[in-house]
Amino acid sequence: MHPIVIQAEDISKQYRLGLLSGKTLSEDFKRFLYRMAGKPDPLAFVGAENDRTVASAERYVWALKNINFDVRQGEVMGIIGRNGAGKSTLLKILSRVTTPTTGEIRIKGKIASLLEVGTGFHPELTGRENVFLNGAILGMSKAEIKRKFDEIVQFSGVARYIDTPVKRYSSGMYVRLAFAVAAHLEPEILVIDEVLAVGDTEFQKKCLGKIKEVAGGGRTVLFVSHNMGAVSDICDRAIMIEKGSITSTGVADAVIREYVNSTMKTDLTSYDSLKDAQFRRGSGQVRISALSMHRHGSDVEQHEFDYRSDVSFNLSFQIYEPVQELYFLLALRSSLSREMVTATERIRIPVAGKSGEMQFRITLPAVNLSPGVYETYYWLGSSKQEMPYDVIDNMTAPLVIRVPENESALQTGYFQLDYKTEL
Amino acid sequence: MKHKKWDLIIRPHTRWLDLNLKEVWRYRDLIGQFVRRDIVAVYKQTLLGPVWFVVQPILTTVVFTFVFGSLAGLGPKDVPTVLFYMAGIIPWNYFNECLMKTSSTFTGNASIYGKVYFPRLVIPFSVVISNLAKFAVQLVLLICVWLYYYFQGNYQFNINAYLLLLPVVIIIMAGLGLSMGILISSLTTKYRDLSFLVAFGVELLKFASTLVFPLFLIKNETYRMIIWANPMTSVIETFRYALMGKGAEMNLMALSYSAGFMVVVFFLAALLFNRVEKSFMDTV
Repeated sequence: MHPIVIQAEDISKQYRLGLLSGKTLSEDFKRFLYRMAGKPDPLAFVGAENDRTVASAERYVWALKNINFDVRQGEVMGIIGRNGAGKSTLLKILSRVTTPTTGEIRIKGKIASLLEVGTGFHPELTGRENVFLNGAILGMSKAEIKRKFDEIVQFSGVARYIDTPVKRYSSGMYVRLAFAVAAHLEPEILVIDEVLAVGDTEFQKKCLGKIKEVAGGGRTVLFVSHNMGAVSDICDRAIMIEKGSITSTGVADAVIREYVNSTMKTDLTSYDSLKDAQFRRGSGQVRISALSMHRHGSDVEQHEFDYRSDVSFNLSFQIYEPVQELYFLLALRSSLSREMVTATERIRIPVAGKSGEMQFRITLPAVNLSPGVYETYYWLGSSKQEMPYDVIDNMTAPLVIRVPENESALQTGYFQLDYKTEL
Repeated sequence: MKHKKWDLIIRPHTRWLDLNLKEVWRYRDLIGQFVRRDIVAVYKQTLLGPVWFVVQPILTTVVFTFVFGSLAGLGPKDVPTVLFYMAGIIPWNYFNECLMKTSSTFTGNASIYGKVYFPRLVIPFSVVISNLAKFAVQLVLLICVWLYYYFQGNYQFNINAYLLLLPVVIIIMAGLGLSMGILISSLTTKYRDLSFLVAFGVELLKFASTLVFPLFLIKNETYRMIIWANPMTSVIETFRYALMGKGAEMNLMALSYSAGFMVVVFFLAALLFNRVEKSFMDTV
């Protein structure tokens, strides 16, 4: 077994909520007095757990609480969790941008982290100058950058404009060059934030491809993401963070399954982000009030399906204001690249002035999507109005298509082409 | 448990004084890049480019010579007024710019600091060095002006051994700008109040030095002490004396005081900076 190269022990991080008030100076003073007297910090343990949906009366919050994990050399570890679960805080601590409140992380080997591409790029400097500046910020020596310079420019594909100030670059070129520098970083341990895979779909694929290549090359990688597809694709192991604590750790696919399950348990009516209009698009004349996925003909809710099985979606919607017409659309998005993979047409639902709650079921027979994770997108609207009534975009459990046991060559593309052969 | 050697340990708090200058040295290429950026980027898309380095001290000298020298009659008697003011303005500007720029180290670079780790001291160090390049160009200007007056022959300069002290004086003024700057930047991450006072404080410091008047005009012993208490006074005085051998007072005691002042403030600032740099991202 490979040696442990990252060992996190009891990491916690506390944040103060809100702005600095007049009380801070006195609080600081109080802390100072206690510290001088050798007593524990009187204000250190008043924090509540990290749950952003509950407005907290406490003024301190634990963004992370007692995090423990080990990473072995050459392992590719995914860190997953919902927005605000504490992933970014952990990332910041690992990157030494901030310190933990308690605990210790021991690291063996040269570590580099990528929370952003193009940090420190100066608009007035040329591409060439920025490659050197950005490379140095990321911890490369001048000699190292010189050696890799041609390769970086080659990879970025902006060779023609390398002596033009980057303020003249298109945003695509800018990101390309920035990513090219980052991609040529060669630390023993790499900490990457998935959000750095920005730009157009093609470029995102290139980024993820590069990350995969780095991970495949025996480097130790920590990959922070809420993109299940990418984690499943790249990582061997994963840890799941919820409300600042690790709730699951193990083989990547198992942890992802657990994560998906945990998002599924929250039914629509109690799902805060669905209730909150701020997170929900649409005019609100009609709202989806509940939805669930089933195997056709079954009542048991599930979200993982075998390849080419019949998938049913049961929806309830509430008509708050009678509408003339109601159309429904279901679309699926790749969780890897976030591009829309496929959609149904706009399906007309006869409502004609009705109000109250309605049920609706749509079944997709023998779904021939390739195995993978697909984010769901539900749309309710009319054929005339621009503004839909309701949109639920990747707020509920994704659709997961399992890999068939006997066939392993199903990975390319989103669909299998149907075909006939003749001899 | 088997003994393991770790390369890096991330902990809540480190020791009080753990400057880790070794690590800063490892990042010397980064300092070089920042210096380059500071010098190159500022004058991109300007017609005159680095000429602007000398325009500013020339204009200030003209204004000072006119306002303080001619109108107010504060100018020196036995040395050229222009040279007198320029020899004060150039070191003062250097100090001023180092201080102002390093005093916003944390707040001004939060976007970089928030994304990548490198020793935080790299940025203030690079500010001091890039301003040194600017200072060097201005020094050449000063020497040209000096040569002009030397060959013109209206004034007699006493060329003296204190000229050899110039490198020391430059180190003192760089150290002063750096330490006071990082002290302020460390104090302002949490409570911004102080940043409002900085510009005002520097202005006060400017007029409590011998920048605009020669020291011999001040007869009152108490006032003289106040002016000498300003650590920049001895820097300016030594500068002038080294160049002209008169028109300024050479005071080695005061110079040692400034050096001592710098060292004390530097350690104080380093102490605070070290405390703040680890977690300033949470409060900035």
